[in-house]
Amino acid sequence: MDFTSNYFEIFGLPAGYQVDLELLANRYHQMQREFHPDRYINKPSQEQRLAVQYAAVINQAYTELKSPLLRAQYLLSLSGIESSREASITRDSTFLMQQIELREALSEVREADEPFVVLDRVAEEARDQYADLQREFGQQYSQADVEDAVDTVAKMQFFSKLLNEVEQFEQELDGE
Amino acid sequence: MVLLQISEPGRSPEPHQRRRAVGIDLGTTNSLVATVRSGTPETLLDSENQHLLPSVVHYIASGETTVGRRAYAQSADDPLNTLISIKRFMGRGIEDIKTLGSQLPYDMVASDSGMPNFNTVAGEISPVAASSEILKVLIERAELALDGQLEGAVITVPAYFDEAQRQATKDAATLAGVKVLRLLNEPTAAAVAYGLDQGGEGVIAVYDLGGGTFDISILRLSHGVFEVLATGGDSALGGDDFDRALAQWLGEQAALGDDLNPSLQRQLLMAARSAKESLSSQLQVEISVAGWTGELKREQLDRLIDPLIDKTLRACKRSLRDAGLKPEDVANVVMVGGSTRTLRVREKVTEAFGRQPLVDIDPDRVVAIGAALQADVLVGNKPGDEMLLLDVIPLSLGIETMGGLMEKIIHRNTTIPVAKAQEFTTFKDGQVAMAIHVLQGERELISNSRSLARFELRGIPPMVAGAAKIRVSFQVDADGLLNVSAKELNSGVESHVEVKPSYGLNDEDVTRMLKESYTHAREDMQARALREQQVDADRMYEDLLVALNQDGHELLSDKEYHCLEAALDDLKQVRQSTNHREIARHIEMVSKTSEEFAARRMNASIQKALTGHSLNEIEKGV
Ligand SMILES: Nc1ncnc2c1ncn2[C@@H]1O[C@H](COP(=O)(O)OP(=O)(O)O)[C@@H](O)[C@H]1O
Ligand SMILES: [Mg+2]
Repeated sequence: MDFTSNYFEIFGLPAGYQVDLELLANRYHQMQREFHPDRYINKPSQEQRLAVQYAAVINQAYTELKSPLLRAQYLLSLSGIESSREASITRDSTFLMQQIELREALSEVREADEPFVVLDRVAEEARDQYADLQREFGQQYSQADVEDAVDTVAKMQFFSKLLNEVEQFEQELDGE
Repeated sequence: MVLLQISEPGRSPEPHQRRRAVGIDLGTTNSLVATVRSGTPETLLDSENQHLLPSVVHYIASGETTVGRRAYAQSADDPLNTLISIKRFMGRGIEDIKTLGSQLPYDMVASDSGMPNFNTVAGEISPVAASSEILKVLIERAELALDGQLEGAVITVPAYFDEAQRQATKDAATLAGVKVLRLLNEPTAAAVAYGLDQGGEGVIAVYDLGGGTFDISILRLSHGVFEVLATGGDSALGGDDFDRALAQWLGEQAALGDDLNPSLQRQLLMAARSAKESLSSQLQVEISVAGWTGELKREQLDRLIDPLIDKTLRACKRSLRDAGLKPEDVANVVMVGGSTRTLRVREKVTEAFGRQPLVDIDPDRVVAIGAALQADVLVGNKPGDEMLLLDVIPLSLGIETMGGLMEKIIHRNTTIPVAKAQEFTTFKDGQVAMAIHVLQGERELISNSRSLARFELRGIPPMVAGAAKIRVSFQVDADGLLNVSAKELNSGVESHVEVKPSYGLNDEDVTRMLKESYTHAREDMQARALREQQVDADRMYEDLLVALNQDGHELLSDKEYHCLEAALDDLKQVRQSTNHREIARHIEMVSKTSEEFAARRMNASIQKALTGHSLNEIEKGV
């Protein structure tokens, strides 16, 4: 087994969408305690170089497993589906309508009387739906319903982007 | 073959085996050196019993320097040859410092590499060379106190320092002849000092306002692991700016006009600084400068500096957001840096976080102390220690794409070390080369980002536009320093740069400067090269021997074992010689011979770590 095989194995966790985040964090710390370059200052230089690479893989693995979206994409990639590459557009028209409405609300924030109130409303709505989608993905993945799972990930991407934009607005309103 | 003695794992080495290591806070205003003795960190004193070394270097025509308090005393009399706030110029281009230059009374000139130099009676002095003078004084102080040569130093840098500024700091250390164990972010160092002192767990916000820089870092501490969640700041904002705001006000009160000579500028700045510092403990202060006498009330100072403090608070907000946290999630706010003595700063930070910040550890010394603790762990003086620092890069890294845009490859606040790759393709039919322009910053337009390096990938086989697949890989090490390589995947053509920022020194510059500082003593240089190679050889010998004793028989065939053993024996013998080139060659040879052994050892560690998980699970009954 080598380090590039599977992120779940690195942390000794079962491959699946449900992840115990606290356990993941503990395992992450445990692995970095072992392989972080700081632990290799007195080791032969060859091992020092390898430690930099290993620690980078551990960091990457942790980043991807910790994020709901990246974790979903990673699981799909393990099944040979590069969901992040394809500009996969969902055909769910209700979903698209919702998206358009949320975006419109967001674009009106600047002119709103109480911009923060509007922003909070959009953010809350987006977070709720994002959480629902994560649950959906979990079910679809465990039932090997790949086609729907891919569609759900596409929707999750929308929300992830939207939430980023919300943050940017917050920043802007804070005068940064 | 002579076998070295090795203490039992977990048992700390005998006192005389302790490795000498220090932490250095190389500040804009003041610098310090600290070490851990008998388990306790302490800052080291100079012969006048002072911890703080003012970061000021005074040059005379012969090239000799004075560093510290005595240099600062020359500041108003000989402003052009007395370099202060040198850190503000580290890793900066001539463009960057135009704005600074008008505020600081220096005569700056552009060097061949486009890097700004100070024009002094001793000739052109680079910021890196000036910094190395400060480091030399601190190292000398430490070697005297610890009675021997240092194994290495952890040198702190503002978390918000970019690649060029970090590289410049490392170059200064090389020039000063000390091995950098790690570049450590200042707020992380402060968190270590507090965290270990108070044993607290949870989220810590470190607010570090010094003379020339501002940093905010949000960390989570759990069971000895300090995980930086987000960092932000401004590498050109600090107490100096308070001084400038006040100096300008003083200039207005004294009706001095705009066109001030350097000496008068310095006088105003020094008066401003001293008045500002007095106001931290009194309500008003009498000022007498440039023929003007008057009174300054604390409220007046507050009015002048409020906009600057607000700027720091906006950065705090952003970092909290980056960390995905709210002010109430923060368990402790730690204050670092001389400027946090300004009461208005404390007031506003208290308000912003809704809690009283911690100020128990001397804000001047806390960073050096944290760095010393880290240095002690790194050199292995505390075997089995649980402390680990997981830090992040402060600014995004990427490359230029069509239309002058920056494509980010590694985002800010990513934990280091990190390796990321992204694929790009050619724009024109038959394109055989690709220019790679490495950038750092948050904005999309490259005109708003810092240019770090440019290199070319040549020899791409001619193909139609879009057919070539060029993978650009970024690797950032634990010091926050970047390496970039590019490879065309169809043909295997490759190109590689260690990113030496466009504004920084390249290796040749450093070598040349090293040489220059030894031109008067050639033997010195030889002796130094020899000593360096010997230290390297000893390290390698010792480290590999430990490894061989631990795992050699298990992981190597008899033949392999003896081969490596023989190479080590050779190294030991050659090390006795005075030929530094020969030693270097043998180091290289041993390094090659041990490559496979290293890989197997790492592999074994991985297996062990992975089995560790499953054991845990069995224990927990999962
Ligand atoms: N009593 C004080 N009140 C306000 N500011 C102070 C006081 N003492 C020092 N300072 C300011 O602290 C700054 C230096 O802080 P320091 O942490 O040493 O900076 P750096 O880390 O940049 O070297 C200077 O701007 C100095 O004027
Ligand atoms: Mg400082």
